[in-house]
Amino acid sequence: MGEKQVVKGNFATAVAAKLARVDVVPAYPITPSTLFPEQISEYVANGEMDVELLLTESEHSAMSAAIGASAAGARVATATASQGLKLMSEMLFIASGMRLPIVAAIGNRALSAPINIWADHSDSMAERDSGWMQFYAETNQDALDLMLMAFKIAEDHRVLLPAMVGLDAFVLTHTMEGVDVPLQKEVDEFLPPYKPKYTLDVNNPMTFGSFGTPAHYPEFRYQQWDAMWKATDVIDEVFAEFEKKFGRKYEKVSEYMTDDADIIFVTMGSTSGTARAAVRRLRERGIKVGTAKVTVFRPFPFEHIKRLASRAKVLAIFDRAVSQGYGGPLFADISGALINEKERPILLNFIIGLGGRDITFSDFDEIVDVSMKALEKGEAGWPIHWVNLRTDLLGGGD
Amino acid sequence: MASDELFVSGHRGCAGCGMADAVRMVLQEAGPNTVVANATGCLEVMTTAYPETAWKIPWIHAAFENAAAVASGVDVAFKKLGKRENVNILAFAGDGGTFDIGFQALSGMLERGHNITYVVFDNEAYMNTGIQRCSSTPPYASTTTSPAGKVILGKQGRKKPIANIVAAHDIAYTATATIAYPRDLRNKVQKALSADGPSFIHIFSPCPTGWRYPSNMTVEVSRLAVETGIFVLWELEGGDIHNIKVTCKPKEKRKPVEEYFRLQGRFKHLLKHPDIIAQIQKEVDEKCAKYEID
Repeated sequence: MGEKQVVKGNFATAVAAKLARVDVVPAYPITPSTLFPEQISEYVANGEMDVELLLTESEHSAMSAAIGASAAGARVATATASQGLKLMSEMLFIASGMRLPIVAAIGNRALSAPINIWADHSDSMAERDSGWMQFYAETNQDALDLMLMAFKIAEDHRVLLPAMVGLDAFVLTHTMEGVDVPLQKEVDEFLPPYKPKYTLDVNNPMTFGSFGTPAHYPEFRYQQWDAMWKATDVIDEVFAEFEKKFGRKYEKVSEYMTDDADIIFVTMGSTSGTARAAVRRLRERGIKVGTAKVTVFRPFPFEHIKRLASRAKVLAIFDRAVSQGYGGPLFADISGALINEKERPILLNFIIGLGGRDITFSDFDEIVDVSMKALEKGEAGWPIHWVNLRTDLLGGGD
Repeated sequence: MASDELFVSGHRGCAGCGMADAVRMVLQEAGPNTVVANATGCLEVMTTAYPETAWKIPWIHAAFENAAAVASGVDVAFKKLGKRENVNILAFAGDGGTFDIGFQALSGMLERGHNITYVVFDNEAYMNTGIQRCSSTPPYASTTTSPAGKVILGKQGRKKPIANIVAAHDIAYTATATIAYPRDLRNKVQKALSADGPSFIHIFSPCPTGWRYPSNMTVEVSRLAVETGIFVLWELEGGDIHNIKVTCKPKEKRKPVEEYFRLQGRFKHLLKHPDIIAQIQKEVDEKCAKYEID
């Protein structure tokens, strides 16, 4: 067994990179992820980590260097957030298109404007089509464990895709929690050195990142799509192996008190713990609620979502992000996943906690109210609701 | 074609492409223990249409503005993996990917001190997208976004002195070169590769398609740029910019710039404006005096 430490979420991701014996860390500081390169720098300065730390002049160059290093055969990790992830965005698609298993910790933070440094999923949600696998942590333990597993999943030759692990700004990145830090020996047994399929090699020269005409482009994309679905199985295998080795169970979607629930909250990230506490509180009042946490967002867990939907009368889907002109991205994907089901629960969407606004029990009361009304009526009505919106700030309308 | 070619024939470069010649010479000097990180541009497009490749060395392209950053990643990864010894890491980019959009990544690479040779192939406009003006485009050149019109006579503004700016980063070796002077170019590649730290070569690469001259005149245009003093061949060993040394001077008396303009469609409109030509001549004379060419 590992060692119990009380650490911040950012530290958990940095220690994961250290335990994974990452070869190269290209990084650029940004709130709330800065502690990641700081911690790696400290490891390097103290001779505790054998890594090439490449402090670039921008996030764009950090991801570009990650691509170069990964293609050269290195295990690569980085961390960023918000605007930094946006600046990397171009390169995210290229990393996945080149099938490079880079792992990034994302301190999920709101996007400008207005500029805001607090918890929000808009940054990584906007990259859901980038071809990166996406995992979301509820706790600092999740952040550490998911980082370790992300390398193993990403580097599997059936997959060879990059992965990001999201942890909520400040709620996790800067909050101390008790974390089991695995021993190096245990991690070495779980995660052997990266064995790339193809690398830049002067003894076996190859061309990486070539020009794909219409005669070949769709097949490149198809193979990438296929690898993402293969990752669905690889994730299950790695989760199972991790549980066997470290005793902590991970699921793509974890359910809590859903068996007899009329209303199921669907959450991601740190809100999931609050949701379980709210469920216990609401159950005391005789309201049949349950909750489900989505840990794996890409590849999308279709089967889990279908199973979940078959049990509920209302799915109350939380989104800490909004697609302007539509609704929440999790809501959109769950709706899409259920479209061909003969029987579907009422699907409601709750936009909540944007820009780090606290998510409290009273928000759950508001969500239950809306859900109960829809349940009584037997229809959703307009499904998208903004929770705890300060209408007093919205102006008079002239 | 000789068997030691690392940049092979059959690619889709235009007839008379000055860059293709330059790439071939650079790789002949660098040899097979070389990795190239290439920016998006003519060079990438014309050499790597899947499933073909013109490269017999490991080669990587990611995007337009980041050849320096990708090369930096390869550099540190090779170091960490114990594969760095006796391997040259080169970054190749066009003028757009260097003077403009890739400038920040280049500056970062130089500041971090990577042992990388960055080569810019300068054809003085965005040729791959169809001849748009760039900060490398010389004054008054007509491009599709700086057309010579009735009111405005081509590109307004100056050509960014990229090699001088790079040299100001206090790096190991900086040089300018062009294909009409192959021995000079090859020497500079060797010096760049053996330099301890970042090195940079600005290769002036005439483009018959974008400059509008007959494709058999590439070497002449390249030579004329030097003989008129429009392009100065120099090198700098070490970081003191006062030590810039001119490596090749015009053999005879410097030729008038008009001879250079006359060959190229992009400057055709200038021939009706002797006042502008005189002004440019004056500026070139001043520059040549500074480099002590005459």
